[in-house]
Amino acid sequence: MIVTFTINGEDRGATVAGWESLLTVLRDDLGLAGSKNACEQGECGSCSVIIDGENVCSCLIMVGDLEGAAITTVEGIAIEGELHPIQEAILEEGGVQCGFCTPGFVVTGAHLFGDDPSPDEATIREAFSGNICRCTGYGALLRAFGQLAEGES
Amino acid sequence: MDFVAALDLETALDAKAEHPEAELLAGGTDLMVEVNLAHHRPHGVISVRRCSELLELDEHRIGAAVTWARLERGTHRALAQLARTIGSPQIRAAGTLGGNVATASPAGDGLPWIAAMNGGIEVASRDRGGRLIPWDEFFVGVKETTLAPDEIITAIVVPDDAPSVQEFAKVGVRNAMVIATVSCVVARGEDGFRVALGSVAPTPIRATSAETMLNGAASMDESVLAEFARIVSDEVRPITDHRSTEAYRRHASGVLARRLVERCLAA
Repeated sequence: MIVTFTINGEDRGATVAGWESLLTVLRDDLGLAGSKNACEQGECGSCSVIIDGENVCSCLIMVGDLEGAAITTVEGIAIEGELHPIQEAILEEGGVQCGFCTPGFVVTGAHLFGDDPSPDEATIREAFSGNICRCTGYGALLRAFGQLAEGES
Repeated sequence: MDFVAALDLETALDAKAEHPEAELLAGGTDLMVEVNLAHHRPHGVISVRRCSELLELDEHRIGAAVTWARLERGTHRALAQLARTIGSPQIRAAGTLGGNVATASPAGDGLPWIAAMNGGIEVASRDRGGRLIPWDEFFVGVKETTLAPDEIITAIVVPDDAPSVQEFAKVGVRNAMVIATVSCVVARGEDGFRVALGSVAPTPIRATSAETMLNGAASMDESVLAEFARIVSDEVRPITDHRSTEAYRRHASGVLARRLVERCLAA
């Protein structure tokens, strides 16, 4: 089947089997390898994307379900070549080690701050709960998110 | 047939009548794991995620495709509590109560709540119309239900006498992204206490002996509550598996049920 949608504001489409995951189609068919393939069961959050305003794991989304959807991937978080504030904050605090979880945290961060410009620490921790980082222990990421929240409040 | 994204119930029911072998997709949090990790290749999928009738939500009827993210902001206290413990924000934005019911895992977190409310599962088929199945006739075994191949779950129906005093708790190895070792809902209505548990039997269960004992007690003193907890531990039918042991699950069942009774008494 052919599915058409927008990704990062651009009209895109793909010929797919409806049951394939969005993650597979992003990486293998559309050349968007920023969303990472790790657990493939929705636990790690490294494939997080925003679909019609909701932060979801693209590995759990059947692509056949996406006709007409508006999708934002990590490639679409920076605005016209300028880093998104959450990307700046993660860079500044050194919230990256191996980098595999980073796209998921960037998408989760952009989604969180899109809804709530000054979340408190409990809200930030809750927002993190679907993104696993095995290197940094979350401290630097928490500081990055906290710094951005403080800057906004 | 490859994939039908049904935007209304009629489309979904037509597709299911013509392709009873097709699999229903709601949030994808169960089905896609099978596709990704078990190399499952569905012979046809009918998505009901955006089916307008299944997205309806009010006090008495919860559309099958309503997500946990919506339920965690809802008015049924224990349902909101349990919705918030499910998976992660990403999972709650996708997963649905109807999907939890359809999968019918012993560990389905929404199921003890339905049991405590005496809820019904509303289903429909194109050729035979709709029916409302009481929860204890719907769940019949581990991932086994009485849903017919041409039927679709349309809603979870909450009776008028559903108690507003209701509490949920579960035990797991951590807070986020964990499957319950034991889950429990206690509600207090005009008919007395209702006690339902998950992950301790092939289906969600009511601890009816413990309910009878508690509702017959003259007062809620320490000895009554301790005896209640003991009966709950006795009454559940857990197994030992990779997540926990039978003994721990029995113990935790009694502890959780008693704790929730105390919270209901304080409410």
